[in-house]
Amino acid sequence: MTGRREELAAGWIEVVSRTLATRVSRAELDRELHELYSAIVEALGSGGLDTGAEAWTEVRALLVELSRNRARQGFSPAETAVSVFALKAGLERQLDQGSPGDVAAYLTLSRLTDALGMFTVDSYTTTREQIISSQAEELLELSTPVVKLWDGVIGVPLVGTLDSARTQVVMEKLLQALVDTGSAKAIIDITGVPAVDTEVAQHLLKTVVAARLMGAECIVSGIRPQIAQTIVALGIEFGDIVTKATLADALRHALRGLSDADSVRGRGASQA
Amino acid sequence: MSERLPILRIGENLLVSIQIDLDDQTVLNLQDDLAEQVVKHSARGVIIDITAAEIVDSFVGRMLATIASISRLLDAETVVVGMRPAVAITLVELGLSLGGVRTALNLERGLAILAEHAAARAAQA
Amino acid sequence: MTVPGRDTTADTVRTQPIVTSDDVVRARQLARTLAVECGLSLVEQTKLVTAASELARNTLVYGGGGRMDGEVVSRTAGRGVRLNFTDHGPGIPDTDLALRDGWSSGTGMGLGLSGARRLVDDFVLRTEVGEGTAVTVVKWTH
Repeated sequence: MTGRREELAAGWIEVVSRTLATRVSRAELDRELHELYSAIVEALGSGGLDTGAEAWTEVRALLVELSRNRARQGFSPAETAVSVFALKAGLERQLDQGSPGDVAAYLTLSRLTDALGMFTVDSYTTTREQIISSQAEELLELSTPVVKLWDGVIGVPLVGTLDSARTQVVMEKLLQALVDTGSAKAIIDITGVPAVDTEVAQHLLKTVVAARLMGAECIVSGIRPQIAQTIVALGIEFGDIVTKATLADALRHALRGLSDADSVRGRGASQA
Repeated sequence: MSERLPILRIGENLLVSIQIDLDDQTVLNLQDDLAEQVVKHSARGVIIDITAAEIVDSFVGRMLATIASISRLLDAETVVVGMRPAVAITLVELGLSLGGVRTALNLERGLAILAEHAAARAAQA
Repeated sequence: MTVPGRDTTADTVRTQPIVTSDDVVRARQLARTLAVECGLSLVEQTKLVTAASELARNTLVYGGGGRMDGEVVSRTAGRGVRLNFTDHGPGIPDTDLALRDGWSSGTGMGLGLSGARRLVDDFVLRTEVGEGTAVTVVKWTH
């Protein structure tokens, strides 16, 4: 492999670049694969075919980097793995002119390539999973904005299906926003929520109670008729929580509460 | 190793900040000390600042409710201020509602509630 | 009876004796240290430490003292903190009753056991009258 270095590497790069077409620049591929090639030769040189061994650390690091880049750039697992498996194609070509000794060497290298290929697919999958979970998190963040509606009044317009995890994120964000903005009123608007189950309703209730413990009042607005029916049918007790049909009604209620807070004491707002 | 928390006096109000990880005896001492100070200074308001408290368990929660009840008997209003969101969520899960305890987001709002209270008292007199 | 997290790989166990009221504070601090090491979110940390406070106080007040053993454990879906509270006190004659909200044989609000159970993900109570009580809880990262 050392002897026919340039020849082998060139054949390899050719196969890879044919598959990846124009999506990765030739120069970048050249650099990437030459680096990898040298690392493999070096690892082979320091003995051992166990790709998990210490001698292969450098190769593994390069493969992780390669599969990470491919995953981020949106390549498929096959397109990623080809970078490694194509090494075989280059070797096969050499095989035609080779001796029986070469055949044995080819088989050994072939097994090695398989191991490295599997490793690449593994790292590719790990990266993809990381990307998916971080995107899910970002989506959760994006889908739960807390906005300031008025001095001392914040609002959380909820849109889409509420599951337990998302409701919990909303709850924490809302309560933190109360502290950060010093707002004593919060409106949770669920106009855009198609359905509410027991668990989600319980989470909403807990949010309201937690806000009260902190000294703030939560108003739930935009409860659609079907949702009101569900809440009653499920037997969920909304107790003395203030609910309003529309966001406008809720805002009016909150503003009235704000001006009252200065003159009337003992309002429900801070009475837990 | 129980200690006594310093109680500050601001006009007609008493202020105590819970800033350390309290053991149960310190909590009970605070209850006694506050009752004593309310009477000694004829305080009209008590503010318990729990901004720095990382947790409020059922023991401390019960102390807050007891202090509020005792103060009310001694004609003083108690406001608990600065509860952290994580603490509030935990208290709800724990099943503690702090019945009868008034709360405010921060010290400023707590003082405003006590001022309203004092104004209402003056209007009645 | 299954012990939560037993089938997992465990770190070193750290022990806090619970003999005095100060030890309850130390048990809380150990629970917080483990929660931070494990990577629990702030709300999860707060729930675990509050549960530890309730259970450590139970161990001291009702069990006449004992110990808390804590460790970071892991499973495929993530990591967690396991806390184990043991005492050699009188035990609990009726566990159903003890786990009911509002029940208390001492000076608490009767939220100790039932409240702590709601704050954690796994909760196992083993008790023998005259022998003592052991409560194991686990809080997992989500």
